[in-house]
Amino acid sequence: MITIKKDLVKKQLHIVREFKAPVEKVWRAWTEAELLDKWWGPRPWNAVTKTMDFKPGGQWLYSMVGPEGETHWSNVIFTAVGTYTFDTTCTFSDENGVSAPGFAPGYWHVEMKQASDKTIVNVTLTFDDLADLEKMVAMGFEGGFTMGLNQLEELLS
Amino acid sequence: MRRDIFQAIADPTRRAIIGLLALQAMTPNAIAEHFDSTRQAISKHIQILAECEVVTQQHTGREIYYHFNAKKMKEIDHWIEQFRKLWDDRFNQLDDLLQDL
Repeated sequence: MITIKKDLVKKQLHIVREFKAPVEKVWRAWTEAELLDKWWGPRPWNAVTKTMDFKPGGQWLYSMVGPEGETHWSNVIFTAVGTYTFDTTCTFSDENGVSAPGFAPGYWHVEMKQASDKTIVNVTLTFDDLADLEKMVAMGFEGGFTMGLNQLEELLS
Repeated sequence: MRRDIFQAIADPTRRAIIGLLALQAMTPNAIAEHFDSTRQAISKHIQILAECEVVTQQHTGREIYYHFNAKKMKEIDHWIEQFRKLWDDRFNQLDDLLQDL
């Protein structure tokens, strides 16, 4: 069960989710490129890593590839890495990691902790401008399967 | 210039105006009395809120009253809901991956 809380004054979103796996595995899934590529893209989009260097100051450059081959590049800079926690600054970019004009960065704080046989992942997303958050979601949904689901919902409501 | 709900709430004065109007409809003068800013500055904020459709105008006699449009604020929740679906999908994929790991 996913929990999302918004704090519009701080321009933050808090996401909490439990996984039935030990923290070591969840950590690997969030920090190793070949694993990230398997889940990071919300269907039918696929995340495809170009470069990944998981360390403070390192970079994860990847593209989201859509069903028609459309690509959106993102550049993630790891600003801090700790024990089962890391911070990033993310921007939409080109294939060389050069930030796309018109988008402010999003700041991510990820931390995970083991709770008996589960791992709880906390994500805090902070934006300079809420409109950027809106744009980010709009891109994630572009022409996607989820859009189809939303339309179906509207149709059924 | 693009006007949307996110612009409406981006500014602390506008958030305060929304807070006032959520309690009761008010004239521009009555709104301005709650702030230290100039009336011009306040009426600019009201204008932006009106363009974002967060507030609506109603003429009563010679006075203009501004009303809070709750329906518009719901757009934020609708949008958060889309965000939730995106993450839900992503995390379900992570569940599958963790099982195979």
